[in-house]
Amino acid sequence: MSLAVEIEFRLNGVVRRATVPADMSALVMLRDVLGLTGTKYGCGEGECGACTVLVDGACINSCLMFAVDCDGREVTTIEGLAADARVERVQRAFTAHGAVQCGFCTPGMVIQASRILAQHPHPDRATIQRGLEGNLCRCTGYKKIIDAVAAAADQT
Amino acid sequence: MTALERYVAPRALGEALELLRDGDVTIVAGGTDVMPQSHSGKMKFGRTLLNVRRIPELAGIGLEGDTVRIGALTTITGLLESALVRERLPILAEAADHFASEQVRNGATVGGNVCNASPAGDMLVPLIVLDATIELAAKPNGSVEARAMPLQEFLTGPGRTRRAAHELLTAVRVPLPPRGFVSRFYKYGTRPALDIAAISIGLGGVRRDGRLEKVRVVFGAVAPTPIRGAATERALEGRPLDAATIEAAAQAAHDEVRPISDVRASAWYRQELVRNMTRRLLEDVARG
Repeated sequence: MSLAVEIEFRLNGVVRRATVPADMSALVMLRDVLGLTGTKYGCGEGECGACTVLVDGACINSCLMFAVDCDGREVTTIEGLAADARVERVQRAFTAHGAVQCGFCTPGMVIQASRILAQHPHPDRATIQRGLEGNLCRCTGYKKIIDAVAAAADQT
Repeated sequence: MTALERYVAPRALGEALELLRDGDVTIVAGGTDVMPQSHSGKMKFGRTLLNVRRIPELAGIGLEGDTVRIGALTTITGLLESALVRERLPILAEAADHFASEQVRNGATVGGNVCNASPAGDMLVPLIVLDATIELAAKPNGSVEARAMPLQEFLTGPGRTRRAAHELLTAVRVPLPPRGFVSRFYKYGTRPALDIAAISIGLGGVRRDGRLEKVRVVFGAVAPTPIRGAATERALEGRPLDAATIEAAAQAAHDEVRPISDVRASAWYRQELVRNMTRRLLEDVARG
């Protein structure tokens, strides 16, 4: 049996406690311990971005982060961004532009797209592509995803 | 199954160094290497998992005299956001910009990239071009002892360094390059993002009257550690940077690297890349 550690952190604005194995990833904790399944397990090794969350405001692959390292920090998942105006704009643009195919990469794409728009309110296509370089869409629907992010930017 | 018996996340360097005296400790910061390597079985946990990410002494980038001290916990994003790094150590910023993806750059640390000691480690080539030194701390008998050594000497093979089990890498120190210093970095992968370098090249030198002096050329992913290109450096040192010198240096680079063939590239292809990209980097230096 693996070593269990108690941690406390702010998850989507609410203080949460959890007891997690020391070697567990933040992704597995979010999905299997805390039941937040909006964050997806794609590759498990930081290549695909489906597990992107915000930690202290910075986007991170939650599969590469130790769950225990969430202790004392601020973690935001796609569920916690439902009421965020920028994220909502991105979500609407994704549906309007057909940027969701199977949908598995979408939560990570939406979080990352929102980070791009936070840093570059009016990005050109190269900036959008560069910003999404850590997010894979295995349906390969990149053109529509980039169209959607550009459209979301135009609405500001 | 894990052998882990203890997890600790100290908030002071001294405490971390005391824990390290146990000798069977796995150190983690961003987790971007430790997590996948432990899950794949490539790395086994020690008795203690030591999270150093909350230790303030390991954070921050600062100028100390003529040296830039980069705390081990500096993330790759931290390098990109540092005006000091962008303005005075542009080759390091350039390599940081080619590092994985934003999500990984936000977690991965300079200290972690150095201690992971990958032959293809993205930060290693520019740091060796800049003649970086690493700082190690330990607390063997109740008081903190520090030592330093050139980064190149620290790296001994894939995943292997001269760090003793009870030591912690605390910082990387980079001397400010002299006036007239020019540098270039190139990394080849099959896509721009998230790829492990098939080869990388860093070069630096002081430009004077159309010549390069104090030339340093470093190749990544062509040997068990990043290596200095001694023959390439000799072909360039003090010579007019004209077409003949560039061609001779590119050929010397091709001839002195001894890469292996693996999933990323064949040895033949790596050597061709080294020749052609060394030439391209030098032509770029010669132009501007």
